[in-house]
Amino acid sequence: MPPETRPADTGVIHDIGYRGYAGPRLGRAYATRSLFTQSLRAAYGLGRSGKSKVLPMLVLGVLTVPAVIMVAIALATHRSELPLDYPRYLSAFGLIVSIFLASQAPVLLSRDLRYHTVPLYFSRPITRGDYVRAKFAAMVSAQFLLMAVPLLVLYIGALLGRLDFGHNTGHFLFGLVTALLYALVPTSVALVIAAATPRRGFGVAGIMGYLAISTVVVAILTRIGTGIELTVPDSAQWAALLSPNDLVESLTNQLFDVGGGGDRLHAPGAFGVAVFIAAVIAMVSGSYGLLLRRYSSV
Amino acid sequence: MRGSSFQLMALAAQARYVGCVSTAVIKTDGLTKRFPRVTALDRLTVEVQPGVVGLVGSNGAGKSTLIKILLGLAPATSGTGRVLGLDIGTQGPEIRERVGYMPEHDCLPPDVSATEFVVHMARMAGLPAAAARERTADTLRHVGLYEERYRPMGGYSTGMKQRVKLAQALVHDPKLVLLDEPTNGLDPAGRDEMLALIRRVHTDFGISVLVTTHLLGELERTCDHLVVIDGGKLLRSSSTASFTEATALLAVEVTDHPEDTALDSGTAVRERLAAAGLSVTLDGSRVLLVRLEGDDTYDAIRDTVAELGLGLVRLEQRRHRVAELFGTEATEATEADDDTGSTGSTDGTDSADHTKGGAEDAS
Repeated sequence: MPPETRPADTGVIHDIGYRGYAGPRLGRAYATRSLFTQSLRAAYGLGRSGKSKVLPMLVLGVLTVPAVIMVAIALATHRSELPLDYPRYLSAFGLIVSIFLASQAPVLLSRDLRYHTVPLYFSRPITRGDYVRAKFAAMVSAQFLLMAVPLLVLYIGALLGRLDFGHNTGHFLFGLVTALLYALVPTSVALVIAAATPRRGFGVAGIMGYLAISTVVVAILTRIGTGIELTVPDSAQWAALLSPNDLVESLTNQLFDVGGGGDRLHAPGAFGVAVFIAAVIAMVSGSYGLLLRRYSSV
Repeated sequence: MRGSSFQLMALAAQARYVGCVSTAVIKTDGLTKRFPRVTALDRLTVEVQPGVVGLVGSNGAGKSTLIKILLGLAPATSGTGRVLGLDIGTQGPEIRERVGYMPEHDCLPPDVSATEFVVHMARMAGLPAAAARERTADTLRHVGLYEERYRPMGGYSTGMKQRVKLAQALVHDPKLVLLDEPTNGLDPAGRDEMLALIRRVHTDFGISVLVTTHLLGELERTCDHLVVIDGGKLLRSSSTASFTEATALLAVEVTDHPEDTALDSGTAVRERLAAAGLSVTLDGSRVLLVRLEGDDTYDAIRDTVAELGLGLVRLEQRRHRVAELFGTEATEATEADDDTGSTGSTDGTDSADHTKGGAEDAS
């Protein structure tokens, strides 16, 4: 019975006493979904303080505004193609995506460790595996959404500008697959780092450091391998296996035949594609396994 | 064929009947938990009936381990247990859906409001979104949190935080709540309020409570029943009243002799009373404990003290406080080890020989 049905002018708070709950209890799967939703919202600062919305929303803006500008240019100048292809757009703004990942992965995992909320979750119907599953899916979805929004802007812009429908649809889908891979590979590694520390700052620094250093190492190795050549030789392309971001870039460049220029990274040949795909699977499943192990003893 | 299946059905019906009759909310049988270097629980057999039950033990006695195992979060090394009739080894998620848990440590994210947090925890217990919101508003009001529930919890006092922790344990209307040291960090007034609230959880809400503490005194007023464990072993499980019942002991303390400083007045009194056929032990350095045989025990003490020319500082009847348990019963438990191991759930009220504990204190 809602309180409005009582006369509002009595000014008396009626203590209606304790009421039990006889309604449905939806169990583990529902609780896991609830944790997923809450974590996905938390990654964008929703349901948290106003301050925590600033960075995620800023990153989303920084990532989307260039797409809007590109569309505007393409429409204004009546170009037949977008200035930047869909998968290339993601590689070009990889740093921004990494910043989001480094700042928000600890929000999902380190905070629960820091404030000891984890044991509280495990006193509810969900299991440790459910917790890892919900958090993993939430962070992957948050990353995917972050990249899907600008891609969608580009695609809608391309359709409005009556650019080639078949080409754009195809490459938009390539872009989505690339986004999914970016949302899986670096994210899984970042979650392992975030789960290792209850300190958010350490998590941010650890993830950013790992992603940046591994990229620099790949750049140095390919530069050494390239020597005085104009393009990166196949033998030097294997270095990309060391960095989650470069791994995804190389693989998708080769798979979707995109990218150009002398420093184009690509998985070398069919064998290379197979190895790079295996590396993707190993990195994601290995990280997931490490996460499960991390929480088995909490 | 038909006959045997009929028999099976009868057996099943009987099993269900037995399940209904057993009203224990918690029941363990030989529960043991060994870690590589310590044994946290040692063949613990205990039965907890509905009501407010105190789980008493010093730090490291195995209280938290027991709660973890009861929630189905950690497997027992051996032994079995049931919570609300559900098996702790196989029905963990079902148990956790029906049980509330308030941890000892802080567990509240500071940048979230109490409402937001408790709604989330209600959904984590399986409540649909609308019910979660309604129950949250109700529960926070019942624990005494009003306007402040919309503010981030980082600014809450310890007392308010404890209330939120209690609310999240109650929000899904469990049949049983496990409260781990709920009065930790509270000032005396806050402690009294929390204890009164815990009492209400049972009397008004109809929810059984298992509350742990290492501060014994406060549980005497709150709990119907006390379970005392030490070193993972059950020391005693009986009603609170039987713990605090008046024991037939008189505490006697006398002054030194005004002139004869060489006289050890305590020993002199002790020898004289013993000669008069009374059982006397030393409690601490100055207090004598005299077994009360009847009214003439008072007279004997008065006369003895007067004859020796001493002053009487103290003459009072001793109540058996729960706090004395660890001094006295620990020794008994080791002696009666096999006994507690197998029949721990039976009442341990049989009058313990407190004089022995006193004697050991003195030596």
